[in-house]
Amino acid sequence: MLHYTIRRLLISIPTLLFISLVIFLLLDLAPGDPMASIPLTVPPEVKEKMREALGLGEPVHIRFLNWMYQFFVVEPQVLIDHIFGTGFAEGKQRIISFQSRSPVMAVVAERMPQTLWVVGLSYIFATLIAVPIGIVSAYRQYSWFDQLGTFISMIGFSIPTFFSGVLLIVVFSVILGWFPSIYDTTLEVTDWSSFLQQVKQMAMPVFVLTLYNAAQVSRFMRASMLDNLNQDYVRTARAKGMSERVVVLMHVLRNSMIPVVTVIALGVPNIFGGAIITEQVFQVNGLGQMLITAIYASDAPMVQTLTFIFAVLIVLFNLIADILYGILDPRIRYD
Amino acid sequence: MADGAAPVLDVRDLKTVFKTRAGSVHAVNSVSFSLKPGELLGVVGESGSGKSVTMMSLIGLIPSPPAQVTGDGVNFGGIDLLKASDDELRSIRGARIGFVFQDPMTSLNPVFTVGYQIMEPLRKHMGMDKRAARKRAVELLELVGIPDAERRLKDFPHQFSGGMRQRVMIAIALACDPEVLIADEPTTALDVTIQAQILELMHELREKLGMAVIWITHDLGVIAGIADRVLVMYGGQIVEHAPVRELFKHPRHPYTRALLKTVPSVRGEREERLEVIEGQPPILRAEPSSCSFAPRCPFAFEHCLRENPPRFDIGAGHDAACFYDFETGAPRSSATAMAKEEAQLDAG
Repeated sequence: MLHYTIRRLLISIPTLLFISLVIFLLLDLAPGDPMASIPLTVPPEVKEKMREALGLGEPVHIRFLNWMYQFFVVEPQVLIDHIFGTGFAEGKQRIISFQSRSPVMAVVAERMPQTLWVVGLSYIFATLIAVPIGIVSAYRQYSWFDQLGTFISMIGFSIPTFFSGVLLIVVFSVILGWFPSIYDTTLEVTDWSSFLQQVKQMAMPVFVLTLYNAAQVSRFMRASMLDNLNQDYVRTARAKGMSERVVVLMHVLRNSMIPVVTVIALGVPNIFGGAIITEQVFQVNGLGQMLITAIYASDAPMVQTLTFIFAVLIVLFNLIADILYGILDPRIRYD
Repeated sequence: MADGAAPVLDVRDLKTVFKTRAGSVHAVNSVSFSLKPGELLGVVGESGSGKSVTMMSLIGLIPSPPAQVTGDGVNFGGIDLLKASDDELRSIRGARIGFVFQDPMTSLNPVFTVGYQIMEPLRKHMGMDKRAARKRAVELLELVGIPDAERRLKDFPHQFSGGMRQRVMIAIALACDPEVLIADEPTTALDVTIQAQILELMHELREKLGMAVIWITHDLGVIAGIADRVLVMYGGQIVEHAPVRELFKHPRHPYTRALLKTVPSVRGEREERLEVIEGQPPILRAEPSSCSFAPRCPFAFEHCLRENPPRFDIGAGHDAACFYDFETGAPRSSATAMAKEEAQLDAG
C-alpha cells in the first residue's frame, strides 16, 4: 500500500505539470485584457507600458516558467518564512494578482475560511444526514419513509443551487425576513448575539448545499445498500442467527460503504470549487466568488493559481479515494 | 437409526405463498415430512419445485412480506417454529439448525476474515469469548479438512478456492453442534472432483457428529450415494417419499420415473437421444386442484385433472401422490371408485 501510494504520488507530478500547462495556455488564448477597465482617456502607449509592467510583454513560455518558479519555489518559501520567521523569500517576486496587485496566495488565505466554513460544513452535514437516510430507505424499500426520502432527494438533485438559493432568499429574507440575504464576512464572533448572527447568515447557504449534496450521497447509499441486501452472504448471516442490527449495520453496511466512501472522497474538491455559484448567490466572499471575479477581470495569475489548486485537490482526493477503497475492500491489492 | 425414534423435525402441512403485485404464487403446498435423528434425508426435484423454499420457510429465512408461511406446525424439539418469535428463531438458526448454501463464491461476506465469520455464531450462541471462539474456529477448520487452519483464520474468502470456501461454510454451519444441518445444493456450484471431496467430508462428519441432515439437490447420483430416505418434490408438493433403495428400485410416481430415465447411463450402448421430460414445471397461481404433473404425464387420465392426488401409502415407508398404480398397471381402485361415485352423482 505504501509503495502504491508513493508510486501514485510520483505519477501525479507529470499529470499536474501537464494540467498547469493546459490551464496556462487556455488562459493565454482566452480573449480579455487586464487593462480593459482602465479609462479610455489613458493613451494606448501608457496602457502598453502597464501591460509590460505586469509581465505580459514576455513570450508565453517565459511567463509559464516564471509562474511555475513562483508557485513551486517562491510561494512555499513564503510559507516557510511565515511559519519559522526565516528569510528565504526575501526580495523574490511572488504571484501577483492583476486586480489588486497583492500576492494571490495572501488573498487565497484570506478567503479560505469562509469557503471552508460554509461549504465544508454543508458537506459534513450532507454526509451525516445522507448515510442514515440511505440505509433506512434501502432497508425499508418502498415504505413511506423511502418514498419521501427518494422524492426529496430527487428534488435536491434536480433543482440547481442557483434556483433553490434564490428561492430561499425570496422566501426567508425578502418575505419573512428571518435570515440576511447577504453574507457579512466582517462579522466577528465575540459573544452570543454575534454567534447567533453568524449562524443565521450561514443557515441558508449551508442548507442549499446540504440539500444538494445529501441528495446525491443518499441516492448512492440507497442503491449500494439495495445491491448488497440481496447478496447471498446476507442470507448466510441471517442463517447464522445474527440479529437484523448486525446483519444490516455490520455485514451489509461495511460492503455498501465501499463505493459510497469513494463518492464522498471524490466530492471533497467540490467543496472548494463546486460551490462557486452558491457563494455567488449568497454573496459569500469565498474562493468560488474570488474565482468568478478574477475571470471577469482577466486576472490570469489569480485564475491560473486557483484553478491549479483545485486540480491538485482533485488529483489528491482521487488518490485518497483509491487508498480508502483498498483499505475497505480486502479483495483490492495495489502491489 | 431406529425407526421408532422421535423425529427431531416434524413438518405438518406447510404452505408458503408469495403475495406479489402480479398475484400470488403458491410455492409450497401442504408439505409434510419428518426427520429422524441422525438420518440423511434427500430432497430432489427440478429447479422451481419448491425444495429450497420449503426448507427456508420452516426456519423463517424467507422474507415476509412478500411470503406468507402457514401450516399445522413445524415441531423442532418441542418448539413450534411457525409460532416462534423472531428472537427464538434467531437463537435456533445457526445454533441448533445449521445451513450450507449453494454458491460458496457469494455466500461468504467478502470484507470479513474467515475466522471472524466462523467466530460470529460461536460468540453469539455459545457465549464464548474471543480466545475460546478462536480455538474452536481452528478446531472446526481442521475438522472440515482445511490445512494450516490457525493461519488461514486471518484470510479473506477470496483467498480460498471454491471447494475450500464450501468447507468454510460447512464449518460455520457446524460451529455450534447443530442437531439438524440443512444443505441446499451444497455441491452444485463445484466441479465434480471437489463435489466428491465434499460428499466424502459429509460422510465423515455425519459419522463423527451424528446430526440429522436435509440434503437438497437435483442430482440423483448424489442422492443415491448418501441419502437414507428421499423426498421427491414437484410443484411445491411432495410427490413421492421412500427409503433410497426402494425409490430407485420401485419408483411409483411418473415424475420420479421420468427423472430416473433422464439420467444417462455410462454403461452399455450409447442412447440415440438423451431422455427429457417435456414441458415446464408449473407456477402455481392458486392452490393445486388437480395433479400438477398431469400436463406432462404420459399416464394422466381424466381424474388427474379433477383432483389433486393425496399421498397414497404403498407400504415399506413408501408413499406416492399418484392415482395411477404401477403395480397393477391401472388407475388406483380408490381413484376409480371415487371417479365412479362422481359419475353417479353427476348422472343423478
